[in-house]
Amino acid sequence: MRFELTPRANVSPVARALAPVAAFITSFLIAGLVIWLMGRSPIAAFEVYVTQPLTDPWSLQELIVKATPLALIAIGLSYCFRANLWNIGAEGQYVMGAIFGSWLALATHGTEAGFWVLPAMLCLGIIGGALYGLIPAFLKTRFGVNEILTSLMLVYVAQLILDYLARGPWRDPKGFNFPQSVTFDPAATLPPILETGRVHYGALFALTAILVTAIILGRTLFGYRLKLTGDAPRAAQFAGFSARSTTLAVFAISGGLAGLAGIVEVSGQIGQIQPSISPGYGFTAITVAFLGRLNPIGILVAALVVALTFIGGESAQILLRLPLDLTQAFQGILLLCVLAADALVSYRVRFVTRGGGK
Amino acid sequence: MTTFEAILLTIVTASTPLLIAAMGELVAERSGVLNLGVEGMMAMGAACSFAAAVTFDSTLLGVFTGILAGALMASLFALVVLGFAANQVGSGLALTIFGLGLSGLIGAPFVGARRDPVAPIEVPGLSDLPYFGRLFFGQDLFVYASIALTIVVALYLVRTRSGLRLRSVGENHGSAHALGLPVRRIRFLAIIFGGACAGLAGAYLALVYTRFWSPGMIAGRGWIALALVVFAAWRPAWVLVGAYIFGAATVLQLHAQAAQFGVPSQLLSAVPYLATILALLLLSLRHGRAIGAPGSLGAPFVPDR
Repeated sequence: MRFELTPRANVSPVARALAPVAAFITSFLIAGLVIWLMGRSPIAAFEVYVTQPLTDPWSLQELIVKATPLALIAIGLSYCFRANLWNIGAEGQYVMGAIFGSWLALATHGTEAGFWVLPAMLCLGIIGGALYGLIPAFLKTRFGVNEILTSLMLVYVAQLILDYLARGPWRDPKGFNFPQSVTFDPAATLPPILETGRVHYGALFALTAILVTAIILGRTLFGYRLKLTGDAPRAAQFAGFSARSTTLAVFAISGGLAGLAGIVEVSGQIGQIQPSISPGYGFTAITVAFLGRLNPIGILVAALVVALTFIGGESAQILLRLPLDLTQAFQGILLLCVLAADALVSYRVRFVTRGGGK
Repeated sequence: MTTFEAILLTIVTASTPLLIAAMGELVAERSGVLNLGVEGMMAMGAACSFAAAVTFDSTLLGVFTGILAGALMASLFALVVLGFAANQVGSGLALTIFGLGLSGLIGAPFVGARRDPVAPIEVPGLSDLPYFGRLFFGQDLFVYASIALTIVVALYLVRTRSGLRLRSVGENHGSAHALGLPVRRIRFLAIIFGGACAGLAGAYLALVYTRFWSPGMIAGRGWIALALVVFAAWRPAWVLVGAYIFGAATVLQLHAQAAQFGVPSQLLSAVPYLATILALLLLSLRHGRAIGAPGSLGAPFVPDR
């Protein structure tokens, strides 16, 4: 038995839009099968993962809180992926943004520093993430080092730096030896949008990033340049677009947005520095970017959908004693299905048994 | 046994999983397929082998289960990238995320269990030679197997017809297809081989190196194996050299942590990752862009009829 792929002459936009949905349903069925094999009820799991979070107002807010970093990082990654550049180190850029921003929060802790602290922290977060993202970009443009491996290795390095800071110099001396910093001052805390709510201003940043990206990709020369660099690098070269500056630009953008996500999460959600500040947002955002077909609106929807798996995973751990790893396994399967579905849209796949076909 | 001897022995133990995993990936990449799922396949190999070894109280069965788990993961990858011509980088990454998650599920009931050490092979007389006796004649079976694997892969790629076909598929799949070579079948087998090696490397980590299972125990070794292939310019002998350099760096870093030089332990833990970046940088400085990379590496293949 073998596969035969025939390119489809014209692909309807409906099919393109439906492919991620089909992938999502497929991965849900696979996850259900895994849960069933573990001897649990897939229906009960579905209820905890999907129905409950969507019907409970508290969970709905939590959904937006979790979707915020995912959307911010994924929208940044879409710049890289469109240009066919593989930044898979967003997790490290996220951590580095959090470190840069938190430095100011801790330096001004207990002082009378005013309203400027928070904006400055956010800017530092963007700068930290962008600088960290520029390392693999620079190594690639200047020395031709593969960006996939360097960006990934830097994730481990960033996590170790954070670990060092949380256990060493930044540890709260009055914190009973817990590896965490002091709690940020109100001036260094990103406030919730509604007084009593959980959703903080980070959600607005994510929406802004999505809108701005939609405009950049659809309406500007830079957006066209990204598309051309990714789809037809030689044509881009002849058009006079420098591959080097494109590489540096997209890594700076995606690193900056990941860094913003990091400082937003620390100042709006966690409120202090800890050895671990992410359940793998930087990696999950890769799935989000592809599930959203690298399209800004698609990424918004995908971030909300994938955030659901985080919340469902947390409650499933408490209610059904299903390990949190199930969520990660599901996210991996989801990404595989999304990529396979993309191929199914572009090609007609036929199973040919031996002797059949040509 | 002197400390010197002990350090040499641990270097071998630390290098062997890197060598095995990188050798499998090398074969896959020489056939033109970039599988970034090594980390995930190793995690699955480690979890499944440990689960089987504890359940059936058999290291041998554990090893086979690990190999099988790696190969099964690889076949999933092969289905997506060969069957559906999906993007290899994304699919490999997905395989890693999936493997890390699923291995956590499989390994969860076995956290806290321990396995007895695997007895090394002793050669009477020779093993007791000073300094290097144990190093050459007192290792476990996997170490000798990994060296044999290197030699076999090197000979296979260069000296056999089948190896030539594999390389030509990797260099230019269009021409290979035009010549009538079964591009996707060759790639399928190469991917499965890579997965089996990653699974074996994971089994080694769980059954010999740590002798327990913990989530995150692969700790980026799969990625380092991927970097080793690039570092070695896709040549088996250099993978061997690179694996041992990295193994040595890892072990010396651990000893430095134990000696407490006043350097933060996290900085020392970062050494293998920084060394990887540095190695890739030095390589590029010496040779320019990605020397030795197979021509069709990472490109999806859709046969035209």
